[in-house]
Amino acid sequence: MSQKQEAENPSEETGEEKQDTQEKEGILPERAEEAKLKAKYPSLGQKPGGSDFLMKRLQKGQKYFDSGDYNMAKAKMKNKQLPSAGPDKNSVTGDHIPTPQDLPQRKSSLVTSKLAGGQVE
Amino acid sequence: MAGAGGGNDIQWCFSQVKGAVDDDVAEDIISTVEFNHSGELLATGDKGGRVVIFQQEQENKTQTHSRGEYNVYSTFQSHEPEFDYLKSLEIEEKINKIRWLPQKNAAQFLLSTNDKTIKLWKISERDKRPEGYNLKEEDGRYRDPTTVTTLRVPVFRPMDLMVEASPRRIFANAHTYHINSISINSDYETYLSADDLRINLWHLEITDRSFNIVDIKPANMEELTEVITAAEFHPNSCNTFVYSSSKGTIRLCDMRASALCDRHSKLFEEPEDPSNRSFFSEIISSISDVKFSHSGRYMMTRDYLSVKIWDLNMENRPVETYQVHEYLRSKLCSLYENDCIFDKFECCWNGSDSVVMTGSYNNFFRMFDRNTKRDITLEASRENNKPRTVLKPRKVCASGKRKKDEISVDSLDFNKKILHTAWHPKENIIAVATTNNLYIFQDKVN
Repeated sequence: MSQKQEAENPSEETGEEKQDTQEKEGILPERAEEAKLKAKYPSLGQKPGGSDFLMKRLQKGQKYFDSGDYNMAKAKMKNKQLPSAGPDKNSVTGDHIPTPQDLPQRKSSLVTSKLAGGQVE
Repeated sequence: MAGAGGGNDIQWCFSQVKGAVDDDVAEDIISTVEFNHSGELLATGDKGGRVVIFQQEQENKTQTHSRGEYNVYSTFQSHEPEFDYLKSLEIEEKINKIRWLPQKNAAQFLLSTNDKTIKLWKISERDKRPEGYNLKEEDGRYRDPTTVTTLRVPVFRPMDLMVEASPRRIFANAHTYHINSISINSDYETYLSADDLRINLWHLEITDRSFNIVDIKPANMEELTEVITAAEFHPNSCNTFVYSSSKGTIRLCDMRASALCDRHSKLFEEPEDPSNRSFFSEIISSISDVKFSHSGRYMMTRDYLSVKIWDLNMENRPVETYQVHEYLRSKLCSLYENDCIFDKFECCWNGSDSVVMTGSYNNFFRMFDRNTKRDITLEASRENNKPRTVLKPRKVCASGKRKKDEISVDSLDFNKKILHTAWHPKENIIAVATTNNLYIFQDKVN
């Protein structure tokens, strides 16, 4: 009985080893990529792929608007020339209080979709 | 043989392309594509909140070698951009999904949704107009009643076809988070809408209330680990629906079991080898689309790298898995950096459930024949735009020596993504959306 087992064991081990190598080759690309990413951004990965992404996703479209700040800024504007919009009209960030002139135009597309005009075939 | 045949047995030919040639206007980005139940109408929605509907021409009996072309039938502004002052939230007008209602009368109805509001649109034709009023001139001016000496009966006379779209219902204010799916129930009376954390049930006639049927919002948002990514009603069982998650699971719910379906009836999840886990595992397992087969026996899910077919009777693993672009596994780092790893690809079935299709990068799209197990990669490109030109299969070279006509992974254009595709419900006609163009391909008709 024990002889049989010994005879069987070597082949089993080789089988497992084989599987290990195959698995290693399989994960290698993904793990290598992960290592690359961690090298670039060491602080990343405290919570693997979890809450940060989800929170970002849920907060899409969030813009911060304080009516008090806004009205004060508008009042200040009255006293001086309206400043021209900053270099990037689309990003209103930091200490800058957005005024109607700064906000990107939110008009809907009055133009007909190009899919509907001039069929190109 | 409509709908049957394998991805490789069919020879796909270019038919039409819609949209501008050189353009970078954000509003033109196509965000959804959907055939109606007969396949006669094809709707697209875009980032600018517009819907364009194409209609298939009646088949020309003398030209047996080509099917009807799709021409513009109607176009309208479905949603406008909004700003929610109370929540300081900018609401995009982008159309996330369009779903057609089955046709009940002469008019066509569809549901279109952006992040927050669903609208029911009626599209109707007018090809006659009344003429011969007694008190009105033909140009609309009113006549002086005292000048009327005889009376006539107004009659309807033919006029040039006018297609009108009007919003019949507006279903608003029911979603705190962003709507990702809408699905019409097989009872044709109700439909569901799903956002990141909740699913609501509506009646098509009632706009001032909806029932919440799934709520996965944790009491403490810090504990949030999972969001809803897609949801769909079963095609035949009006009590059954599924929803997929960002963790790669699908839950099947039965509305007969309880009013709030927070406890699933079935949980579909493929076990993962923990030793294979990496930083990317959860992100790439996130399901971007779930679609029932027409038969209702199977459902298909799309995650970042693969398409999986599940038998509704087996929860512990999919019955089929197809690799869409496995060569991207060794590019995950850069795909994470350029955000492509978060791209949401959709998938679709052909009419007979024998072939499935999904998009990829470089304007490539893939088809998998479930019977022959063969797959094919095709490209949506204006270079092949002679009608009835058979598309040449493409091949990506993952590594090593690149053969002639193959394209290497590093040459792929990740800005050219095909996220939305649709298959005609009865025939081998497919609609493939690149960023801002719509391609229509058909099988070669001899």
